[in-house]
Amino acid sequence: MDSASEKLFQDKVDQDIRIEPKDWMPEAYRKTLIRQISQHAHSEIVGMLPEANWITRAPSLRRKATLIAKVQDEAGHGLYLYSAAETLGITREEMIGQLHSGKAKYSSIFNYPTLTWADMGAIGWLVDGAAIMNQVPLCRASYGPYARAMVRICKEESFHQRQGFEILLVLSRGSEAQRRMCQDAIDRWWWPSVMMFGPNDDASPHTAQSMQWKIKRFTNDELRQKFIDVCAEQVKLLGMRIPDPDLRWNEERQHYDFGSINWEEFWNVVNGNGPCNRQRLAARVQAHADGAWVREAAVAHAEKKIQYGKTA
Amino acid sequence: MNARHLINYTLHLADNALVLGHRNSEWTGHGPILEQDIALSNIALDLIGQARYLYQYAARLMNAGPAGPGGPVAGVAGTPVTEDQLGYLRDSWDFRNCLLVEQANGDWGTTVMRQMLFSAWQYYFYRELQGSRDGELSAIAEKSLKEVTYHLRWSGEWVIRLGDGTEESHARMEKALDQLWIYTGELFLPADYEQSLAPLGIAVDVAQMQPLWAARVQEILKEATLVIPPSVAQKGGKQGRHTEQLGYLLAEMQFLQRAYPGCEW
Amino acid sequence: MEKQHNWPLWEIFIRSKQGLDHKHVGSLHAADAAMAIENARDVYTRRMEGVSIWVVESKYIHASNPDDAGAFYDPANDKVYRHPTFYDLPDELKHM
Repeated sequence: MDSASEKLFQDKVDQDIRIEPKDWMPEAYRKTLIRQISQHAHSEIVGMLPEANWITRAPSLRRKATLIAKVQDEAGHGLYLYSAAETLGITREEMIGQLHSGKAKYSSIFNYPTLTWADMGAIGWLVDGAAIMNQVPLCRASYGPYARAMVRICKEESFHQRQGFEILLVLSRGSEAQRRMCQDAIDRWWWPSVMMFGPNDDASPHTAQSMQWKIKRFTNDELRQKFIDVCAEQVKLLGMRIPDPDLRWNEERQHYDFGSINWEEFWNVVNGNGPCNRQRLAARVQAHADGAWVREAAVAHAEKKIQYGKTA
Repeated sequence: MNARHLINYTLHLADNALVLGHRNSEWTGHGPILEQDIALSNIALDLIGQARYLYQYAARLMNAGPAGPGGPVAGVAGTPVTEDQLGYLRDSWDFRNCLLVEQANGDWGTTVMRQMLFSAWQYYFYRELQGSRDGELSAIAEKSLKEVTYHLRWSGEWVIRLGDGTEESHARMEKALDQLWIYTGELFLPADYEQSLAPLGIAVDVAQMQPLWAARVQEILKEATLVIPPSVAQKGGKQGRHTEQLGYLLAEMQFLQRAYPGCEW
Repeated sequence: MEKQHNWPLWEIFIRSKQGLDHKHVGSLHAADAAMAIENARDVYTRRMEGVSIWVVESKYIHASNPDDAGAFYDPANDKVYRHPTFYDLPDELKHM
């Protein structure tokens, strides 16, 4: 019975027919998707924190407004993704619990500190840039709610990267201190952004299965190479330098060669020993705890209203 | 008409919006549930949008005529005044926001209470200001009224939900009301610039608005099962005499512009 | 975990100003219907004017079972003339 359903399922995936919430799916597919989607959602939520840091210090009214809008979008993206994950049989409360207990992961890039205003630019250009590389192909993911969430996210994402690059561009044309701030932010955010694409393909055992299920459309190394190629050109417009002495165009490969990644740092951060892991999680746990009385009161009131006989 | 009065009036409205927008934006990433994080950020964005229109108008007015004595912008003589100079280069004694909006966020209950009390004011205020003889203010009022109508609905519902929720939420809301009510009197005490502009049909007669505001607020508080505390009105914000809160807020907000003067961002 | 204080899940349907039908756009958590509608406005419409929002608690949505697809849809599938691709129209004809 199961192998016939499996075949039907895989046929659909192979033909790019979307899998929807009530369709039969292998348990492993469901579990993998829940983990992937919820971790993506957690990344959006935790990702709000490093940028929210600078909202109250944004140096102009226009920057203030656009930064709030960007961070708000990230909240919205988290929400779309939690919503997609809930169609697979897990609740928001369970997912939040997994995040807070440390059981679920989020993108390790958000465990780095935002130390200057220029970090807002670097995050928009590099971190959002890397995220877009990953997200656009997922608009064709096999699971319907996930793909649709990704389409919505990608539409909103376009201004995020442009905003970041513009911040850096203005700094790069500014005072000596501003130019220094710009280069310093790029120096700190470059390698963590490159690491966002995950381990090398030969160190990623799940890639093959995920590609077959079409919940991953390109490999880590493919996306990473594309990202580096694009940024190596874009950085020239800023008159800045990517902090990789081994970065150079390879005419034969028609790609940029680049230096080796510090995998020790990567695994340290993934395993909870990055600069901000504890603070990020603590902030989320705190917000949730502080909000408990609010959530409780809202439910109590809703119940009272029913008793009062009023309609919502 | 005294041009300086119109500038000060516009700055008063702009400062109200910027300071409250800034306060609301402090919640980003820390709200009690994701959906509400988004809702409050929307309100912050609306307010900052209002502030920008008003600062841009004030800047145009200042650039159109000679700056009066005690002109509000320091250190940029000779160059045209911009919205950012007004937001980032005035010290607290030149800010004309009312005291209510600069109060610290406290807990979620205090934040929504502050919002409700102020949005109710903005609602009736902008409704009147739509009829201003000043075309710019009237246009800004019309646009802003749509936004604050929603802000009032949202915050009013929250006050009711929390006031008539659990014992804990009720206690917190009584405390919030106790803390903030003392700042509501100022909303209806006209400053000199309002007293001069109201008879000309430019500014709103805020004293007249008071009964409408009071009725609406009392309706909400009654449904929220909350009791208004006796209090003495605190004032001075409209004249630049603030509470201790504003200094810290501005220090944080203005840091980059002060540390790196004269830069583009 | 505060199991008893979970806000229920609501499905959101939006009809845009120029739209003809309400489209399902996603879900969110809210304590009551008024909050659900306001949240939907804040999250899914970004304050666009003139949209119509429907919210329904997820537990009240009943969906067809895809395994029944055969019985439900096959008879209609036979009637191939209902599908636009049945008609051989010139390439120059757009938007149809």
